[in-house]
Amino acid sequence: MSRTAENYRGYNFAYLDEQTKRMIRRAILKAIAIPGYQVPFASREMPMPYGWGTGGVQVTAAILGPSDVLKVIDQGADDTTNAVSIRQFFEKTAGVETTTETEKATVIQTRHRIPEAKLQGHQVLVYQVPIPEPLRFLEPRETETRTLHALAEYGLMHVRLYEDIAQHGHIAKTYAYPVLVADRYVMDPSPIPKFDNPKMDDCAALQLFGAGREKRIYAIPPYTKVVSLDFEDHPFEATKFEQPCALCGATDSYLDEVITDDQGGRMFVCSDTHHCETRRCEGHVGHLGMPVTEAAE
Amino acid sequence: MTNLSASPLLVAEGLSKFYGSRIGCRNVNFALQPGEVLAIVGESGSGKTTLLNLLSGQLAPNAGAVRYRMRDGETKNLLDLSEAERRFLARTDWGFVHQDARNGLRMGVSAGGNIGERLMGVGDRHYGRIRETARGWLDRVEIDTSRIDDKPTQFSGGMRQRLQIARNLVTHPRLVFMDEPTGGLDVSVQARLLDLIRGLVADLGLAVVLVTHDLAVARLLSHRILVMKDGHVIEAGLTDRVLDDPQEAYTQLLVSSVLAA
Repeated sequence: MSRTAENYRGYNFAYLDEQTKRMIRRAILKAIAIPGYQVPFASREMPMPYGWGTGGVQVTAAILGPSDVLKVIDQGADDTTNAVSIRQFFEKTAGVETTTETEKATVIQTRHRIPEAKLQGHQVLVYQVPIPEPLRFLEPRETETRTLHALAEYGLMHVRLYEDIAQHGHIAKTYAYPVLVADRYVMDPSPIPKFDNPKMDDCAALQLFGAGREKRIYAIPPYTKVVSLDFEDHPFEATKFEQPCALCGATDSYLDEVITDDQGGRMFVCSDTHHCETRRCEGHVGHLGMPVTEAAE
Repeated sequence: MTNLSASPLLVAEGLSKFYGSRIGCRNVNFALQPGEVLAIVGESGSGKTTLLNLLSGQLAPNAGAVRYRMRDGETKNLLDLSEAERRFLARTDWGFVHQDARNGLRMGVSAGGNIGERLMGVGDRHYGRIRETARGWLDRVEIDTSRIDDKPTQFSGGMRQRLQIARNLVTHPRLVFMDEPTGGLDVSVQARLLDLIRGLVADLGLAVVLVTHDLAVARLLSHRILVMKDGHVIEAGLTDRVLDDPQEAYTQLLVSSVLAA
């Protein structure tokens, strides 16, 4: 189904050629068949630097169809550089409809967040992953980490958590918090805050992870058990915030700290911009926000 | 201490390993009883370490077999075990004390984490309990328990070696392989370490395969001794008998070349 995007002649639909997409789709199918297992794939050079989401972009390009609606977020926001440039990339090369609304999107590519709105069964969430190997900083040898995964020897992962408690009195890891997928593979959920970890469990949407530089794809199929690792006497706890969002007053969302002046002034606002906007349109106002209608005037 | 009525824990049968045309070791036979300490002595290059690696399943022999009596009482050939079984055996029922503690420890992980790793590896998920056990073992190997959160990089050579022993013994193994455990330590530290090992071996009823070139270490720790030369076992027997009344010319040379203090 080779199709050139009308507004970007010379390129195949969604930039990658069909053979490459086939190769990536095969890796994705294998990843879905073995939840949490890192499938090697022949990652391509993309017209962006490593670290900017080359893995996620390739996965998105491979699954995107002409009728899909794409949303791209970076740290929860639709309007930051990474999100804007990847969204424009697919607007140009695939001509697909894009959106900032979580509910309207069929494919959501994300860097470092899971949207606040509950994901649905027809949606696919594509993560950009810098380092797919959760054991990497404990065990530098790739041959050894593969053996550890193959034999499900994950004691090492707990050594890392043990060290955290010994040093800080609690598990200090707040992002890229390791999870056990479908009671088998330990997986690095990419650098999402641990606040988002519970959302991966029993999620209706398909979750795909692409690491371009490391050439790995892995997946969590819909409705899969995902458990954050912990100790019996130091159970996993999602990050909690002491105050609501300053703009929309939400108490259930992940907040970013924004420095507002050089006098130490700061505010905490939702990192998911769409979630925040939706709430403000519904009339919710935080202690530093103003009603949407007034702001428009 | 040596329980001769029980069936042997570890049996080597015609064990041979060749590196091309060179001999690593050739046709080695012996049986190790539970609670017995066997020393393998010989000069550098005599095949001691090759034999140790064969016995501990880290190297595949060209001929022969290593049979081990598992905890369920069944005796199995190590070569028939799957890699998963062999690794499980190695981190539960066995210990391996390296000459250089760096090879046996995680240098970037605290002492407590080092001791706890095996426990977490077999599924212990209770931080408080792991820490208590680690404290207990630090105490047992005479390391101040207040150093539980220090890294081995901050430890002296003797302390590292003792930490390595604690890390290995935490799962109550029945068999420990030791490769020159006192190598590179000064004499007084050696003496303390030997004392500790001797105490632990007696208390826990450990079987030990000890590789050393130091005959004094062999005499202090071992019940029986194998003397190796050029890959062959040239003499074997009770430690006191071999060291006091060596039969082979090479063993006589070895014994007579020890400096009397």
